[in-house]
Amino acid sequence: MTRLFSQFKTILTLSWRNLWRNHRRTGIMLGAISVGVWAMIFMTALMRGMVDDMLNQGISNLPGHIQIQHPEFLDDPSVVNSIDEPRGDLLAALENNGVRVWANRIKVPAVIMSERESRGINLIGIEPVSEADISGVPARISKGRFLESNQDKGLVIGAKLAERLETRLGKRVVITSQDPDNNLAERGFRVIGIYRAELAAQEESNVYAARGTLQDLLKIEGRVSQIVLVDDDYRNVESLYRRVAAATPAGLEVKPWYEIDTYLAVMFNMMDGFVLIWVIIIFLALSFGLVNTLVMAIFERVREIGLIQALGMRPGLIVYQILLESLMLLLIGLIVGNMLALVTIKPLEDGLDVSVVAEGMAMMGAGSVIYPSLTLYDVVLANVVVILLGILTSILPAWRASRLDPVRALNTH
Amino acid sequence: MLVDVGLRLAWRNLWRHWRRTWLTVGAMIFSNGLLIFAMSLQFGSYDMMIDNSLHAYSGHLQLQHPRYLDEPKMRYALDNVAAIAERLRRELSLDSISARAAGFALASSEERSYGLQIVGVDPVHEPLVSTLPGLVKQGRYLKPGAAGEIVIGAVLARNLKISVGDELTFLGSGFDDSFAAGIVTVVGIFESGMADLDRALAQVELGYFQDVFAMQDRGHSLIVRARNIDDVESLQAQVKALLESNQDISLRHWEELQPGLRQAIQADMASNSFMYVVLVVLVAFSVLNTQLMSVLERTREFGTMMALGLQPARLSRLVMLETALMTALGLVLGIAVGLVVNLYLSRVGFSYPGMDEVALKFNLPERIYPAISLASMTLGPAAVAIGSLLAALYPALRLYLLTPIEAMRAV
Repeated sequence: MTRLFSQFKTILTLSWRNLWRNHRRTGIMLGAISVGVWAMIFMTALMRGMVDDMLNQGISNLPGHIQIQHPEFLDDPSVVNSIDEPRGDLLAALENNGVRVWANRIKVPAVIMSERESRGINLIGIEPVSEADISGVPARISKGRFLESNQDKGLVIGAKLAERLETRLGKRVVITSQDPDNNLAERGFRVIGIYRAELAAQEESNVYAARGTLQDLLKIEGRVSQIVLVDDDYRNVESLYRRVAAATPAGLEVKPWYEIDTYLAVMFNMMDGFVLIWVIIIFLALSFGLVNTLVMAIFERVREIGLIQALGMRPGLIVYQILLESLMLLLIGLIVGNMLALVTIKPLEDGLDVSVVAEGMAMMGAGSVIYPSLTLYDVVLANVVVILLGILTSILPAWRASRLDPVRALNTH
Repeated sequence: MLVDVGLRLAWRNLWRHWRRTWLTVGAMIFSNGLLIFAMSLQFGSYDMMIDNSLHAYSGHLQLQHPRYLDEPKMRYALDNVAAIAERLRRELSLDSISARAAGFALASSEERSYGLQIVGVDPVHEPLVSTLPGLVKQGRYLKPGAAGEIVIGAVLARNLKISVGDELTFLGSGFDDSFAAGIVTVVGIFESGMADLDRALAQVELGYFQDVFAMQDRGHSLIVRARNIDDVESLQAQVKALLESNQDISLRHWEELQPGLRQAIQADMASNSFMYVVLVVLVAFSVLNTQLMSVLERTREFGTMMALGLQPARLSRLVMLETALMTALGLVLGIAVGLVVNLYLSRVGFSYPGMDEVALKFNLPERIYPAISLASMTLGPAAVAIGSLLAALYPALRLYLLTPIEAMRAV
């Protein structure tokens, strides 16, 4: 045991000293590995940040992690396709099953008219208590106030819509929609609040009123468009989804966010694939240099390797020694690269302003500030890929070195 | 003759360590191939994104009231649009110019009511500026002079629960703030795959629109579609020259009409450029390593050559020449690899799981095809070549510091 340990110590020392015999070459290779690892982690953190933002915005616009609705509602968001407010088993499941937030919502197409202009909008009836956790609009009120009760008579519109309609806080507007019998349902509202949203399209199309007020207007007493649930983390809604689906009466449709907005789901799923491909491409670009370094290091030492073989070192130990050398090189490069990434991401924590291309980002569904998101998973992935594949590509040169014929090797110049 | 010797020397020097040379060239081939592949797909998808988005509806250029772009309101209209369109078509000898007027209305069928954007178009010229008329899947497109006909989007038709032949009433406000109401018959239903259009757009004949909305001879935009996206700038200059006296008309480039499109491309380009630069830097490291090692191990040899009378400049030219040869090899083989990949992809197209969802969002088809152009084939390899030559400058310039005596004594 002690012998094995002392042998290992010798090999370790040997590898370490060999690594620094040609400090320039090692330095350049370390530079390359550091830059590569930095790029892997830095780029991934930016992309993650952007996709997280897209998902958060997308989900708060749906809104919710899970929705219960009439099976035809998503395709045909009409007041006709409304459902009863939850009761019985479903109500019990929503109340007792550790659902973080749930709410009844109404969502119908409507026309809003000011004195000067009219526009088509989504008229959304909400329950003010839970809205902060669902769409986050209450926190983004820029003028006036948000709705305060389920019977509030006011209306909250986006800043962009106010501009389009040439209206402002305190003014009256007329909302026109239809009741389930296709009679026009019309009513004047006072604008009590104006909100801002990251995406202009939301500001322009979503108009909020109290749930009870809209039920009166649309003549749908006791009925709503959707029941919306929000769980702790959108990445993990499976178990809640299954529990709620089991308690939902037949004839209603229960859908998690990734089935409602498939673009978001694709973005979410594609991100992991993107990270892996990016890490592997960078590694491949690095691998040429890594193999090159090892091949040259071995080439310079052919005589020496022949000598230690002649002195009785087993080929296996030569392989170990070279692999160890490569591992040390990789580890130092990884440490520097990780630190570089950390140091460059830290100052961007308050957000990287990309508002020059804000409308392009909006087209992708993201806001105009990117908050890099450094996740343990990505960092571990980058490091593991570099070490594993790095060792793997080092095996061939190391093995070739161990197969050298001592007599020939000793006679090379 | 002298150049010839230098070239031969450089070529032979390269193969003294053939493994090292091939590994360095390999890094170049890998990066060049990858850059060509990525850039061609990138440019290909941009072209398609721009074409599909602009041809669908907005056109390449639009003439509008100066305030209409920021505030698309009914009162910001152009006078006598049909006549301006006619004049432009004649003066530019370009048929693909069409007038539109747009308003907002609440449309009701027997069962449902929805708010929609209602657009008055010229049935003769509209098909030349927009692909929408060609996407009518049921019924037919509008006929010239046909009052009381309407064409609507597929989702809208489904939501209103109407089909071809059914009647629709609509209610909006006209140019003079009067009520604008009409009863129209659905003659066609289009399906573009673009949610915004299919869900909330309807078209009627321009003259009918002007009557109902009390617009007289006014309209909101003149859509101009160039024969080719590359002609847009020259066409823009021509139209500008024709309009120079008129301060009440603004000419809008598609980048102003669809700022999101250009910016989405810019954002994508910026993030891709970062990746490309990283690749080039990694190749440069590889070259630096190889050339520095190759110079250092030849210190004695270089010392002897200098003692024989060679100037350091000759030697550093030799090192640069070696790098240039290596780079050229990487360039040629890299472009060959890139070309093969591109030719294959331009036959079968490129796709990945889930791309159809993303494609839909950006008006792209389900498979994208690379744009094989001079730019997409050479930009990446050129960057790699420049990076490699820059990296070799350090080892090459070090030679100026060499003194023959010390160099010949080096181990």
